[in-house]
Formats: sequence, structure tokens, C-alpha cells
Amino acid sequence: MYKIVKKESLNPTVTLMEIEAPFVAAKAEPGQFIILRVNEEGERIPLTVAGYDRARGTVTIIFQIVGATTALLNQKNEGEYISDFVGPLGQKTKVEDLKKVCIVGGGVGCAIALPVARKLHELGCEVTSIIGFRSKDLLILEDEFRAVSDRLIVTTDDGSYARHGNVCMPLVEMFEAGERFDEVITIGPLIMMKFVVEAVRPTGIPCTVSMNPIMIDGTGMCGGCRLTLHRDGQRVTEFACVSGPDFNGYEVDFDEAMSRGAMYRDFERHAYEEACNLFSKEVR
Amino acid sequence: MANMTIKKNPMPSQEPLVRAHNFDEVALGYDEATAIDEALRCLNCKNMPCVAGCPVNVHIPEFIAKIKEGDFEGAYQVIQQSSSLPAVCGRVCPQETQCESKCVRGIKGEPVGIGRLERFVADWHNAHSDELPLAAPSNGHKVAIVGAGPAGLTCAGDLAKKGYSVTVFEALHAAGGVLVYGIPEFRLPKAIVQKEVDHLISMGVEIKTNMVIGKTLTVDELNEMGYEAIFIASGAGLPNFMGIPGESLKGVYSANEFLTRSNLMKAYRENPVTPIMKGGCVAVVGGGNVAMDAARTALRLGAEKVYIVYRRSLEELPARREEVEHAMEEGIEFLLLHNPVEILGYENPEDRRDPKNGFVSGLKCIKMELGEPDERGRRRPIPIEGSEFMIDVDTVIMSIGTSPNPLIKMTTAGLEVNKRGGIIVEETTGETTRKGVYAGGDAVTGAATVISAMGAGKLAAKSIDEQLS
Repeated sequence: MYKIVKKESLNPTVTLMEIEAPFVAAKAEPGQFIILRVNEEGERIPLTVAGYDRARGTVTIIFQIVGATTALLNQKNEGEYISDFVGPLGQKTKVEDLKKVCIVGGGVGCAIALPVARKLHELGCEVTSIIGFRSKDLLILEDEFRAVSDRLIVTTDDGSYARHGNVCMPLVEMFEAGERFDEVITIGPLIMMKFVVEAVRPTGIPCTVSMNPIMIDGTGMCGGCRLTLHRDGQRVTEFACVSGPDFNGYEVDFDEAMSRGAMYRDFERHAYEEACNLFSKEVR
Repeated sequence: MANMTIKKNPMPSQEPLVRAHNFDEVALGYDEATAIDEALRCLNCKNMPCVAGCPVNVHIPEFIAKIKEGDFEGAYQVIQQSSSLPAVCGRVCPQETQCESKCVRGIKGEPVGIGRLERFVADWHNAHSDELPLAAPSNGHKVAIVGAGPAGLTCAGDLAKKGYSVTVFEALHAAGGVLVYGIPEFRLPKAIVQKEVDHLISMGVEIKTNMVIGKTLTVDELNEMGYEAIFIASGAGLPNFMGIPGESLKGVYSANEFLTRSNLMKAYRENPVTPIMKGGCVAVVGGGNVAMDAARTALRLGAEKVYIVYRRSLEELPARREEVEHAMEEGIEFLLLHNPVEILGYENPEDRRDPKNGFVSGLKCIKMELGEPDERGRRRPIPIEGSEFMIDVDTVIMSIGTSPNPLIKMTTAGLEVNKRGGIIVEETTGETTRKGVYAGGDAVTGAATVISAMGAGKLAAKSIDEQLS
């Protein structure tokens, strides 16, 4: 059992939890992920590490309430426990030898981008962060990003806060003004990452993306998280849990990843509605 | 007086058309009278050929003699000396190629039903005894075991009996390895596995779940934590795919994923929390026991039609005969001498948002014929040019083997692996190229049987005991 030592609502659909898991906290690095089960009968879901405190022995996760399991997790409170918490899994984000990096985060993906930005900042790298949200009430972690970025640009799709538009627009402007980076690291919805990759492609700057496909065990056993990469004219299959979650954005087949990600959409929607009905009954 | 009947007592089983729609156990087991009758078929040979055929050398004629006397608990005690998991082995061992293949009665007629008798004895014990084994007095030595599957649990049991303080590190949330994520409920009820695990815990074995060795902790750290010997039994991880077009379509699974969803994550239950594709037409590619398990699981999940697609003939099919027969009786169609060349997907050119887009719609196969034997003596399948044809399917399950998991190797200095990724061990001891580190089971051999993994666990326990005592 793993204790929830802190719970904070970042916005109506995004929650932060700090979980006591000393073995995971001792090893976790930005870019890696964990798998959790809320209760004994629960589903296994992967979540990328949003932070860790080695001294306290805790790992921070930030999740969007999108399905039955995240809704169930959100019902848990500080001081309560979840059944399982395993990790750190996958490979850490490569941050060595980078002098100037642009981090592009979207939505809840910003939660995963933050520890990467922080690590780069600590290593003395010049960090430009572009973080985008659909609207002002979904904004998260602005102050945290400001603290670790040399330059921060916030965008909202509907223009309700900061700059109106999507994250690609300021990025393209910077490129047009002759700005260059050692690397662009982007974390967010698949469709956003796909467009960020296309925005970066003409510059030839290395572009890393963080993939979060469907998976069960997280150790390479099930193969559910497989991705197709187009490398040197060949189709290459890799398991995100073992080789990822970070990949070279130029190689990833995003259309396939988006299609695979929607495999259980009907099931998930139904399960989520059931869970919401159940919780609202309990409240009454 | 020996029972000289030519045939084994048949195993009472659920009717094929009934069991094809439920997840209850297929085989129902002998009753006491049948068990005694079957035991009387044993001639109690002096040279005991059957014992040599058992990877863990269960004293077979001795336990059968106890059954003849009606001393079922006595029979259990005999098996227990050699096997930590009798209720499991009695169900999933390929006895026909092991103990029973050596049985003298098999020369003229069928061998003694050793597996069925073992199962009877273990079930009788479990039904009549709540007594849990006690922990042996401690000998002060600490041993770490990586993986709570059949190899790891066997090694843990043998060492705990000798007083070792044993900790088993398991990557998943439950102990049992392939016994819980791979083998379905209808072949091996999970309550039986849990009982075996509970026995080990009451013997003092500590099982730590959610610990991925190679990630959460490394082998070096286990040494630093005071574990004097380490046994790696992490299983064969990575599922193989064929490399044909369409393998990333929605509805294509590895057998590992399909079975893990159904077995470990209980997707077979009503209103599951973990999703799985149910119903429709299903093709399972491969001919091993795992393929049979996947096919029969798909059937029970409500498939209208299930095919086994295998590139050789029935003669070469590697699954246990009994599993193949069960699958055929249940109505699974065997497309033998067939090989998939492409998986086709649905694509609506008019509507990019059609929810069916990207799902499997069919499997293109080519017919095969058998040519000259390969280096292993199996006749090589050769495609018959121009014989391609389509079958309509919604789900394709790839069951063509696994490769050893690289996670431990990647983080353990001095641990050498062969070109297929299997950990290299000294055959007589199970010791790896790193001193004090042993390995066994699928992590060494690639996908094999439960009992051979148990044999490797026993060997490692013996070697560790010799090293530390």
C-alpha cells in the first residue's frame, strides 16, 4: 500500500498527488513513468513522473480526470492509500550536454515537462518554455515554469489568458527570427506533438517527444505499447515502456499512435460515465 | 493385484459445448475410487523410469503406492518432498512427454495417468487440510529471488525449508508469474496458485510485489542489501511479432497482452475495469500451448469463430495433445499449413472519423507445404506460390514466442547472455557468469514449460545451499 501524502487540485480536471514510494523516489528521473492501481481490483495505468523528493521518499504525479480509473483515484484523499505503485519505468530524458533548449508543453503534459525543464535549468542550460492550454481555467504550473525558465510563453487556444493561439505559433515566430536551440522537447497531446514536430522539422533541430500509449505491465511483456518508427526508410517497432517514453519526434508515426490510442474509446467512455454516476450517487 | 486395463481412467470434464462459454475449470478431477483404480494400474517398477522423466524427480511409484492404500495425505507428503507446486503441476505439466512417456504400461496401451493422480492428491490435500507449513529455524543466510513465477517460487520453497531467509521480488502486483498472467482460469484456477503462494508465505518467504529488478533496484543493490545469493527467474519477456504489414492495427494483440488482460486483469469478468476485445472472429497465429490458451480464452469471451493459424501440420504442432483435443472439441478451427502474410484494416475513404477505421478487418494467409527437415529435424514449411486467400477476422492474436527481457541484463555488470538474449548459466549449477548470481526458467531458455522452470528453481536452490552452507 502506498500513502497519499499530499493532494492538490490544480484545476477542475487536473489533480496533483504526492505518493509515498521510497524505492521509486530514490531512482526516478525526469521522463520516466510509474504504473499504479488504485485498489485491489483496479486497472493498471501508466503516469509519467511529475516530480520526486528523494529525502521525503515521495513521487509526485499529476493526472487529468479522463476515465474511470483517474476518476476513482481523484476520490482518494490525503492520508489514504492506493494498492500499487511501481517504477521508475522507461528511460530518463537525455539532458546532458544541452546548452539551449526549448520545452513545449500542452495541457496536462506540462506536468511532465516541468521536471525536465527544472533539471535542465539546474544543469545551467538556457531554457525557453512554451506552455499551452485550451483556456485560462485549465492553466497549471505557470509560476513553477517561470521559476525554471529563462523565458516563458503561455498560450491559450481561446485567448482567455496570455497569448491567443496554439504553442506552434510562438515557436515558428522564433524560428523565423533566426532563433535556434540545441533541442526542442515537447510533451502533450499527440496531435499537438505532431504539429510541433512539423514546426521544428524545417530547422533540422533535434525534436524529442514523450509518448504515453496504452500499456499493462510496463516492463516489455505485453507489447501493447508498441510504436512504429520510420527510421532510415525502414519501419521499426519499439516498445515505449522499454525504449521510451521519449522518442525522436521525426521518426514517430503519430497517425498510427493516435489510432491505437483510441482502441478502447467506447469502453472507456462507458466506464467513465458509470464511475461518475456511482460517485454522484455516493455524494447524494 | 494390478489393474491391467489398457486405457487410463478418463478424466471427467465439462461438456465441450458447455465449457466453451464459461471460465470454470475444464477438467473436473478423479474421485477417490477412480484414483485408487488408476493407481492400481501402476506396476511399481523397480527401476522407476517415470522418476527419471520428471524434471523435479517426484518419487512417483511411492506416492502412487500410498494412493493404492487409500493414504492420500501420505501420498501428498511424498510429492511434497520434491515438488513445491503439486496442484499446479498435476494440471499443466506435459506428462505425456515426461514421466508418462517413460511408463512401462505405455508400451502396450496407455501409461498410468500420473498427472491426473498427482492432481487428485494435491486437491485432496487442499480440500482436507487447512494446516499451513511452519517456517524452518533460520540459518542466518539471506537470498533474493527475482520473479515470483514457477522457477522463483520453487527455489524460494526449497530454500525456505532449509532455513534461508528468502525474499522474492515480483514486478507485477501479484505473485505467480505465468501461472497468474498467462495460464487461464479454466486450465488453472487462480485460487490454487494463491494457495501455493500462501504456503510459501507461511513458511517465512517474503514476497515483495511492484519491484522491477533492473529498474526499482539493481542486482548490485540487492548484494549491498545483504543478499548473499541471487536467483534470477524473471521469465521470457518481450513478445515476438511477425513483421508483416498491419500488426499495429487496432485488434492485433500479442498473446501475452491478450491473456494478461483476461487472466491477471480479470477482463473476462462481467463489467471488467480493464478492456479487451470480445466477440467477432478471432485468428490466433501459432501452435503452442499459449496459442491454445489464447484461442480458448477468445472463444469463452464470446467469439463467434476462432481459428488457429499454424504454418506446419498437426504432427509438428507443439502444444500438448490434450490441449489441442480440447480446443478442437470446443469448436476451434485449425488452419494448418497456413501462414499469415498481411493483416488488413478497415478504412472508410468517405469518413475519416468512422469509428471502425484502423480496426482489423481480415487476415491474408498463404498455404504452405512441408519441405526438407531443418537443423532441428522439423520439416521446413514452404509457401505455395499464388495460394493467398483472405479470412474475415476482427482480432488477431500473435502467439509466436517471446524473447528474454533485457531489463536485468542492461543494469547488471558481468551477466552474460547468449545471442538470443537468454542468460548464460553453468548447466550443472545454474550459476551465471557473475559469481553468486544464479538464473533459471524462461530467462535462460526462452519460452519453455512450467515444470522445466521448476526444475531450474530446484537446481539453483541446491547450488545456493552448497555455496552458502
